Amino acid sequence: MMTDQRIKPVVMPKWGLSMAEGRITGWLKQPGDRIAVGDEIVEVETDKFAGVVEAGDAGILRRVVGEKDAIYPVKALLGVIADPEVPETDVEAYVAGYVTPAADDDDDEVAGPAYEFLDTAAGRLRYARRGEGGEAVVLVHGFGGDLDNWLFNIDALAAKASVYALDLPGHGQSTKTMPAGGVAALAGTVIAFMDALCIGPAHLVGHSLGGAIAMQVAIEAPGRVKSLTLIGSAGLGTEINAGYLAGFVAAASRRDLKPVVEQLFADPKLVTRQLLEDVLRYKRLDGVEDALRSLSSQFLDDGRQGGVLAPRLEGVEAPVLVVWGEEDRIIPAAHATALDGRARAEVIPGAGHMVQMEKASRVNELILGHIGG
Amino acid sequence: MARKISMKQAINEALDLEMRRDPTVIVMGEDIVGGAGSPGEEDAWGGVLGVTKGLHAKYPGRLLDTPLSESAYIGAAIGAAACGMRPVAELMFLDFMGVCFDQILNQAAKFKYMFGGKARTPVVIRAMVGAGFRAAAQHSQMLTPVFTHVPGLKVICPSNAYDAKGLLIQAIRDDDPVIFCEHKNLYGLETDVPAEAYAIPFGEANVVREGKDVTIVSYGLTVHRAFEAAEKLARDRIEAEIVDLRTLSPIDWDTVIESVENTGRLVVVDEANPRCSIASDVAAYVAEHAFGALKAAPQMVTAPHTPVPFTPVLEDLYVPTADAIAAAVSRIAPRAMAA
Repeated sequence: MMTDQRIKPVVMPKWGLSMAEGRITGWLKQPGDRIAVGDEIVEVETDKFAGVVEAGDAGILRRVVGEKDAIYPVKALLGVIADPEVPETDVEAYVAGYVTPAADDDDDEVAGPAYEFLDTAAGRLRYARRGEGGEAVVLVHGFGGDLDNWLFNIDALAAKASVYALDLPGHGQSTKTMPAGGVAALAGTVIAFMDALCIGPAHLVGHSLGGAIAMQVAIEAPGRVKSLTLIGSAGLGTEINAGYLAGFVAAASRRDLKPVVEQLFADPKLVTRQLLEDVLRYKRLDGVEDALRSLSSQFLDDGRQGGVLAPRLEGVEAPVLVVWGEEDRIIPAAHATALDGRARAEVIPGAGHMVQMEKASRVNELILGHIGG
Repeated sequence: MARKISMKQAINEALDLEMRRDPTVIVMGEDIVGGAGSPGEEDAWGGVLGVTKGLHAKYPGRLLDTPLSESAYIGAAIGAAACGMRPVAELMFLDFMGVCFDQILNQAAKFKYMFGGKARTPVVIRAMVGAGFRAAAQHSQMLTPVFTHVPGLKVICPSNAYDAKGLLIQAIRDDDPVIFCEHKNLYGLETDVPAEAYAIPFGEANVVREGKDVTIVSYGLTVHRAFEAAEKLARDRIEAEIVDLRTLSPIDWDTVIESVENTGRLVVVDEANPRCSIASDVAAYVAEHAFGALKAAPQMVTAPHTPVPFTPVLEDLYVPTADAIAAAVSRIAPRAMAA
């Protein structure tokens, strides 16, 4: 394929480890619109998730190739961005000559299997490892989540770092035996995970309960933590939507679960049938309900967060970035200021608790800036 | 850890995990081990289609090859359940229930009621159902409505390996008699199934496809036919929602009604004969409880009211096809409507 540097393609993204194709659900820009980097251009739905493709380049949207409701493979041409002076005939030739690169067969071979397993004293842990060299980044998901919560982040971060994402005990496909001792015990699991994979000092990124766990790791083993990124994090204040936690643990059907999971997002339309089915499949596994009940009872104290870790970060020198979705309905965005003077805080509009999914590019940019990637 | 396995393997795995977890779980049936007592022939069969193969070696003495007498061993399984065991009895083909129906209908289904709630009968009766296997009229019927008619029985019919494993585990843990219907033409179908044990609660239908124009309610093999029909209809811009009932007693009316309230149209697909069937049951319930939501008459797509033919050409016409389902949808959701 001829490469014309003046012409930039908008392509079907690859979100996460298993995406092969996506369906266009709507265009947010029309041909002729001026596009800035980061603008939301087109809405795409996969079997797992609905999301928005953001512009990686600036210019005029010269062509819309991808049709609404049609399904395209990853990297297929959906549209073309170019400056106004690029002749129409060149744009035409670019579209005509575009060949969709083959699926990521080569990449997958280099990157190894999507998921790996590790046996630790706490039991078997599942993890994913992406990227080579550079700084080490460890991603820690929240209550009831798993490493696929980093679907839109792991590859972007892996471009500049060695990224590890694990399923905590009781979660995802890791052991369903929850260690006694709540956040502190889970911090111990993360340290054991880093030991077992010989991960040196790392940048810890934690979401929700995972943020509290990351802080606990920094407090207990400051030498292991180069920086902290706390996203919609627990441990920064006492308020929490305890009704969400109880509802998540109790819900056994799609009808019960849907309104609970919708609270995680600013835009409830992002909760697809498949997303709910995946959560239900996890929740039905033997041991999960007990693990979640045990964890939430250790974590909550009369409907409030039992342990506030913010004051204990004083002895930790690692730089801290706090990220929040402005419309977070699980832990209030007001907690973003808990570390004022100690941490940089970014509150992102139009996002809820799952801000790393809803505003992935912005969150990725913030994390990469924070870790110096 | 999820991997793709067949429905046959998933059922074997459910039995394996529950026998490991609970020593009161035993399995009974004709040739479920096969060759017992003959040197060199241990576990020769694993059941007529090999579903229980390999379990005899892991749990010696807990899989019981029975005489060819359904009335004897189904009765024995129900008695064992009433005395504290959790037997899984394999009836081979559900068509054979005729000779042991008193044990099921008058005994197992009635114990809890007639003993003031004090008796528990945690028995599972597994059996193959459905046509398309070239097994003629006495080995091919979809007799699910015969059992849903009887209070006191739970009736399950999964459409895939994931559901089969989770529903069978739930069936074994359940304290009531469960008729577990396995479509023999789904045994080879592979889907993602976790290696761990998990239970799918009864009375939870699965919305396997979302759509706004018509609700297709089905269970078992015809869920896949409905899915094929929905893909065809999508090309005409008609979006079908498919509800896989999974469990027929109890049945998830809420999900059915909620879906019909969203789409306004109902097509019920049932491999059973049409009279007094799951199809007529669902159509009647929706007509009674959501009449105001309906924009058109509910449609039923079923087998004809005949025995299952042995002639392959006729047998292929017997089970509702994707084309027949799409045609039923087109009758009530014309293409112009979707524009």
